[in-house]
Amino acid sequence: MDLKLKIWRQANQNTKGELKDYAIKNVSADSSFLEMMDQLNEELIEKNEEPVVFDHDCREGICGMCSLHINGEPHGPQNATTTCQLHMRSFKDGDTIFIEPWRSRAFPVIKDLSVDRGAFDRIIESGGYVSVNTSGNTLDANALPVPKANADEAFNSATCIGCGACVAACPNASAMLFVSAKVSQLSLLPQGKVEAKERVLNMVNQMDLEGFGNCSNVGACTEECPKEISLENIARMNREYLGASLASSK
Amino acid sequence: MAITGLFLISFLIVHLLGNLQLLDLSIEGQEKFNAYAKFMTSFPLIKIVSYFLYASILFHAVDGIVLVMQNRKARPERYKSWKPNNNSIWASRNMGLLGTIILAFIIMHMGQFWYQMHWGEIGVDAQGNKDLATVVIKTYQDGTAGMIIVALYVISMAAIGFHLWHGFASAFQTFGLNHKRYNPIIEKLGYGISVLIPLAYAFIPVFILMAKN
Amino acid sequence: MKLDSKIPEGPLETKWQNHKANIRLVNPANKRNIDVIVVGTGLAGSSAAASLAEMGYNVKAFCFQDSPRRAHSIAAQGGINAAKNYQNDGDSVYRLFYDTIKGGDYRSREANVYRLAEVSANIIDQAVAQGVPFAREYGGNLDNRSFGGVQVSRTFYAKGQTGQQLLLGAYSALSRQISKGKVKMYNRHEMLDVVLVDGKARGIIARNLVTGEIQRHGAHAVVIASGGYGNVFFLSTNAMGSNGSAAWKAHKKGALFSNPCFTQIHPTCIPVSGDHQSKLTLMSESLRNDGRIWVPKDRKDAEAIRAGKLKPTDLPEEKRDYYLERRYPSFGNLVPRDVASRAAKERCDEGYGVNQTGEAVYLDFAAAIERYGKTEANIKGINNPTAAQVKELGTAVVEAKYGNLFAMYEKIVDDNPYQTPMMIYPAVHYTMGGIWVDYNLMTSVPGMFALGEANFSDHGANRLGASALMQGLADGYFVIPYTIGEYLADEIRTGAIDTNHEAFDKAEKEVNATIEKLMNAKGSNSVDHYHKRLGLIMWNKCGMARNAQGLEEAIKEIGELREEFWKNVRIPGGASEMNPELDKAMRVADFMELGELMCKDALAREESCGGHFREEFQTEEGEALRRDEEFAFVSSWKYTGNPSEAELIKEELVFENVELKTRSYK
Repeated sequence: MDLKLKIWRQANQNTKGELKDYAIKNVSADSSFLEMMDQLNEELIEKNEEPVVFDHDCREGICGMCSLHINGEPHGPQNATTTCQLHMRSFKDGDTIFIEPWRSRAFPVIKDLSVDRGAFDRIIESGGYVSVNTSGNTLDANALPVPKANADEAFNSATCIGCGACVAACPNASAMLFVSAKVSQLSLLPQGKVEAKERVLNMVNQMDLEGFGNCSNVGACTEECPKEISLENIARMNREYLGASLASSK
Repeated sequence: MAITGLFLISFLIVHLLGNLQLLDLSIEGQEKFNAYAKFMTSFPLIKIVSYFLYASILFHAVDGIVLVMQNRKARPERYKSWKPNNNSIWASRNMGLLGTIILAFIIMHMGQFWYQMHWGEIGVDAQGNKDLATVVIKTYQDGTAGMIIVALYVISMAAIGFHLWHGFASAFQTFGLNHKRYNPIIEKLGYGISVLIPLAYAFIPVFILMAKN
Repeated sequence: MKLDSKIPEGPLETKWQNHKANIRLVNPANKRNIDVIVVGTGLAGSSAAASLAEMGYNVKAFCFQDSPRRAHSIAAQGGINAAKNYQNDGDSVYRLFYDTIKGGDYRSREANVYRLAEVSANIIDQAVAQGVPFAREYGGNLDNRSFGGVQVSRTFYAKGQTGQQLLLGAYSALSRQISKGKVKMYNRHEMLDVVLVDGKARGIIARNLVTGEIQRHGAHAVVIASGGYGNVFFLSTNAMGSNGSAAWKAHKKGALFSNPCFTQIHPTCIPVSGDHQSKLTLMSESLRNDGRIWVPKDRKDAEAIRAGKLKPTDLPEEKRDYYLERRYPSFGNLVPRDVASRAAKERCDEGYGVNQTGEAVYLDFAAAIERYGKTEANIKGINNPTAAQVKELGTAVVEAKYGNLFAMYEKIVDDNPYQTPMMIYPAVHYTMGGIWVDYNLMTSVPGMFALGEANFSDHGANRLGASALMQGLADGYFVIPYTIGEYLADEIRTGAIDTNHEAFDKAEKEVNATIEKLMNAKGSNSVDHYHKRLGLIMWNKCGMARNAQGLEEAIKEIGELREEFWKNVRIPGGASEMNPELDKAMRVADFMELGELMCKDALAREESCGGHFREEFQTEEGEALRRDEEFAFVSSWKYTGNPSEAELIKEELVFENVELKTRSYK
């Protein structure tokens, strides 16, 4: 198929960017979206132009490195799918495709379509862990049974890949889905309960410091989440946060 | 937002019950309504609640404006292509706009009736109560101006409807009340409220306007 | 050069305990003055960085991705082995050790593998304590499943995302140390060289991939945990950025590189569909628990299927060849990876392949769906269920088990695997070879360590399923924290490393010269162009089956390709900015040397074992012919200036606790 592309080009963080038009021919319907981008870059290199910079790594939908706001939606039109798993059969011959970076104050553009998601790392650093040393001298793994329902629920929350689509989709550029997924995972398991109160306060505080917007329960995040992380996580975090704030002595 | 929001919804229900008395346009009906208005403006407990209400409206509005401003700042560079209808409903994304319409309506509405009731020059009915019913009826039956006011009223009620369509369930989510079993109930209740309350409210001025002919 | 593997004395069962008890320690006050660099943040790297920081060392960790959480360990699907024996099916440390040695076709060190099996149980405890949500049974205890090459259920899992969950666990431990300031994290940085001062590893040269800045980082020890080099083949299940550069640079600075030809070709991957393809996708080995692998019995049927005239579901049972069940009745579809891969290749080479390229076999779930459906019907009390009911119930069970994998398959292939059998074909997945290390995981360069897939140590010639995660975490959490002390105990008086030392000058100059040379080539072909050509040579001549003639040709062709690359590669943009083409070019330049060494190693190893199958050495039935008398050693290569002229140093493997047998899964 032949396509028209409108791609955001920006030399670096300090310059202004703009959408540029590209045409690409003979794209296989079986290629993935990123393989289409590879093809474009190959052609640009041939013409001695600078290829488009975009983040990607595993191309299996699990590392969370790929991003791209495609035709008005994070990770493109298909639900529960990362950009690397989006295939060109979702498009038609002659389509015009807008390709933009994630937009959020907390995710500054580094170059072209690549953004800095360090804010997510800093949020995890503020409390997204269980404070246990890696000595191996812990309880036997089966010493503390965990109800299957809780374990499954915690797993569902833990499948978040930290891609940032929730922020990109949210009209407020809020990071609540990401933060709540980690808070939920750990608060659902006995191992994480000990620090649950402090964790939720610290992580929410860090989230606010990073400059994300507020959650107004729009729900766009969960719709665009490639891992279908549920809004229940946000409710759970709200609950935890409320309880922790009321109980906090600070 | 959630706490004040839910409180304001409860007010909407109480206020609606009072207003529905206006559907009885007979003299006795009007006198009953005037007596009710006097009770609502003078009974001490209700006065206290009403101060809470004013504070809630103010807080809800101010907090809303602050949130909208913060949220706009969180995305300084907008998308050139944005298709939010694929992931969310219009009302959820436009609570600020809807809220602004509602706030403007509240100011108009209070100016027309609440201000009149408290400080305006207003006649008294046969029972000696301030004749608010007549003020209301006159306002809506006042020729073209009345029709415009009724239209504004109806539009504002639509805004309230959309506001509640998102707001009701959203308040529960904010409190962390999200449960697989109860979510559908909360949602349906929210949709019911957001359709029925504004419809009933809008019906009153339309009914009064129609009653003129 | 004589290699000392420093294996502790004493019986196998007590070696590690004794070693730990007698190993030298660094006291807490001194640890604060010692810096350690960790390259890579996969399971091995992030667990090592977190553990070393907890102990008190100052750690600098490097990853080329935008966050440590993205390392390719995250893509591991199936599970992690541990000798917990929770299922009471006769598992033990010894059995896990034995299975791993046997699975590796007797080309790994007994002592290392035993230690791995010994600490495996602790990994599960540790991960659970960190909040890793493994799959559980209704009673709240951990669930297990079985994997290829073994006869017990010892694999712990979290649906098809076990690697993700374990990596996020290690990442959270790492994040905790970053927040304490004990780890300084360098995201989007790539190690371009290791710096040796007086023969000891004293730091690295790194490049900031955002600004292009070349940096010097000094440390008292350098830990390489940069993963494997499967991307030599261009098409593999590795991530696009996975590369062998850190390991290769270490090799060029004197670290021996062992068994580079031992490559694991994973049997269940989605087949190649066209030229546009940038990578291959794995379908977890766990699918072989329930899926049956087959091709048509009759070549004519295979041709009809390829031409689209016949549907696989229309082919009756008696016309299907379940070749693994036929050839290996006792292990059936659960034979180890190397055996399953070769069997698929054999069938496709004979003309029984089932997709357009003729390089695919079926992985069929119809039988599993029916079996599960009937069980479910029984549980639900449905007497005489209809076929449709059985299918519906069975599909639900299969979906619960493998839903995410099936969905991924459908996205890529556009075919519903619940209705029609999956098509699969082997693809490059893991590299058993790597940097030579001793029992302490130290390379032949003092102060340089190698962990996880980057080293050669535990998997011999073939890795069993669910063992990579185990090894990465064992190395990082439980081995290096002890063994690094043995070296660093002598470093307490060294003081801060001076990065103005001439060795740093020299290394930085070399790096800059390489970059300049690449940027100035200004040729006519992209980096990918060369990478694809390299991949093709490697796949055709050093892939699932190798022979002397092909390998000799490959060495020659790679040499020529490399020459052309340096003259004719084209890299747009500049060197002092974000430039992924330059990043790639440097990786591919290293792959071109590494690939040559792989071929040389494959040529030298005149036997078939594990992932290395030499066509000249096979039994009459076409099984691998191992030659223990001549080749029971680790081939370790010393860099001499040209990969094809590397010097071979042998580490003889001594087997005191297991008897070398011909591997049989029949």
